[in-house]
Amino acid sequence: MTDYAIRVAGLGKQYRIGGQAETRYRTLRDSIARAASWPGRLLRGELADNAQTIWALRDVSFDLLKGQVLGVIGRNGAGKSTLLKILSRVTEPTEGYAEVTGRVGSLLEVGTGFHPELSGRENIFLNGAVLGMRRQEIATKFDEIVEFAGVSQFIDTPVKRYSSGMYLRLAFSVAAHLEPEILVVDEVLAVGDAEFQRKCLGKMSDVAEAGRTVLFVSHNMSAILRLTEQAIVLDHGQIVHSASTREAVDYYMASGFSQSGERTWSADEIPADAAPFKPIALRVRDPRGKVADTVLSKEPLDIEIEYELSEPIQGLRVGVYLQTIRGEIVFTSFDTDAPKTYEKFGSRAAGRFLSQAQIPANWLNEGQYVLGMNASAFRVRRFFYDERALAFNVDAMGAPGMQWTEPRQGLVRPQLDWAIKKVKV
Amino acid sequence: MNAAQPASAEMNTFTIKPQKGLASLNLRDLWLFRELIYFLTWRDIKVRYKQTLLGAGWAILQPVLQMLVFNVLFGDLAGLSTGGVPRPIFTYAALLPWNLFSTAISDAGRSLVTSRNMITKVYFPRLIVPLSSILSGVVDFAIAFVILIGMMIYYGIAPTSAIWLLPLYLLLGLTTALGVGLWLAALNVHYRDVRYLIPFLTQFWMLASPIAYLAKEVFDRLPEGWGWLYALNPMVGVIEGFRNVLLGSEIYSGEVIWISVLVAVVLLVSGLFYFRSMERTFADTV
Repeated sequence: MTDYAIRVAGLGKQYRIGGQAETRYRTLRDSIARAASWPGRLLRGELADNAQTIWALRDVSFDLLKGQVLGVIGRNGAGKSTLLKILSRVTEPTEGYAEVTGRVGSLLEVGTGFHPELSGRENIFLNGAVLGMRRQEIATKFDEIVEFAGVSQFIDTPVKRYSSGMYLRLAFSVAAHLEPEILVVDEVLAVGDAEFQRKCLGKMSDVAEAGRTVLFVSHNMSAILRLTEQAIVLDHGQIVHSASTREAVDYYMASGFSQSGERTWSADEIPADAAPFKPIALRVRDPRGKVADTVLSKEPLDIEIEYELSEPIQGLRVGVYLQTIRGEIVFTSFDTDAPKTYEKFGSRAAGRFLSQAQIPANWLNEGQYVLGMNASAFRVRRFFYDERALAFNVDAMGAPGMQWTEPRQGLVRPQLDWAIKKVKV
Repeated sequence: MNAAQPASAEMNTFTIKPQKGLASLNLRDLWLFRELIYFLTWRDIKVRYKQTLLGAGWAILQPVLQMLVFNVLFGDLAGLSTGGVPRPIFTYAALLPWNLFSTAISDAGRSLVTSRNMITKVYFPRLIVPLSSILSGVVDFAIAFVILIGMMIYYGIAPTSAIWLLPLYLLLGLTTALGVGLWLAALNVHYRDVRYLIPFLTQFWMLASPIAYLAKEVFDRLPEGWGWLYALNPMVGVIEGFRNVLLGSEIYSGEVIWISVLVAVVLLVSGLFYFRSMERTFADTV
């Protein structure tokens, strides 16, 4: 017999959204029927918001074995949180069903039930109880929780006097020590400093390795890749892809990006407050000058930004963020980084410009990269910003080390001048 | 690691699907989460008077000041009879259950909306929220009760032999409060009008309860056989009962107390079912 932790079949959730109710074709009979059902609708709360509906989740089906760790990927509003809310019984589905075996612990948001006037100690017990822990269970884990959060000095201080970092650490710590059979996690890793985030990730992989079933939602693709083996991609409330995590992440990251090697902006994509700056295009070119969506690692590549200024701008800098497909930034670079160009173009006249730069050969490793773009005057104003403007591929063909077919780890793939000498012993 | 796991009884499978029709009360979950009732009640008690100058003194000051005002208004000015009981203690003994009741319904009525962030984030039986907000009010009642004992000693009034009925009257009051509280809490999720309704409701209800006067005044004015009308307000029975068993003041509600009990039970049961059937949409609309 297969041991399922979660079985979901045809799950759907409909929400009412604001707006006017349909009023066409209202017959007298309808009106009388509506009037007669008025008390019922009043009690069901349907008078305040008789409006349009949307499906936040539709036709979602999947099975999760005991001990499996599943990643859930999707843009904002794709239905990830709704799915987790249904599975953790916060809200009811409109259709379909789910079967869940075991206690579900949800980390939909840490610090739920924290009261600012209560001390850290009191909040640990309160929050633990809210999350479904027994008093004894909390008592046995108390020291561990406090130590993990690193707040032992302030444990009897009201949490309203905590710094926001301490507060979040304590909150996460309580939640992380919950030991349910099924753990549902949403974005908690967005809290705290880098050091604490590392700790959280470590704790999460402990949980995953301890054989618990985990459902993990995050925007942090590297966390998803590290912690999960399988993933589903949600879009507009439906599962659009279900595969191994690596494949699902690539699918997700590649969808929705321009793949032509050039990105242009239509008028409605440029915010009104960008003026006097107007972006025209962001391009990637191969060494032969061709706009390309795939370039070779062994060749240099050109990045160019075309833009127009309707007025002169003081201190303008236009630049790019190069990111991996998983959102890690490889570097940031601006066109006026060099003192010489800064002197010359620190104040730029009105007109059309082209800022170009070259990424040297044997520099980027194979993979998918995303360029973001930024035009700003430092500490004065940001004119235009597009975090994920253009995606392109780097191919390792002919790159150093290609005699071995394995994929290379790392963001860069430099050709280093290795010297090999024979040493006399 | 599994040692800390709760009993295997909780390991069973539950099915999540849309509920149709009348919801079950799901008392099993309420039992599983009993410690949360305790913790939330304890939290409400702990934070109730935090950062106040007088602290728990407010639990005493409030009824005492009310009593003084009532004495002037209804005693010195209106000259209503108390049936021979000294007016201060006559009023105070009535204000105790009344304040418990009125705080309970207004706290419970607002409780779901104020715990919005918990309701939208984690699952637990939502009944716990209004329930614990009512329970935490009992502490104020207990503190104020100490003053009543002091007053009884001062006036030399001994409780009657029917004092064992006191917890039952208290229970009647709490049952009514929970019933009304559940209705208000669930309605408040959809209609924030409830927030504005609550002050009026408690004000009118207070005037319709025999706090400053004897229930006799009303019963006597009602035509023969219409006494049940006044007894529809369960607080009539509760307040009369309190004064009767504590101060030996004459009870006028008599037989009609059963009407109060019936009303309280109907309020509670209907409140429970209404609350439960609305519970499924709380997280979406609160």
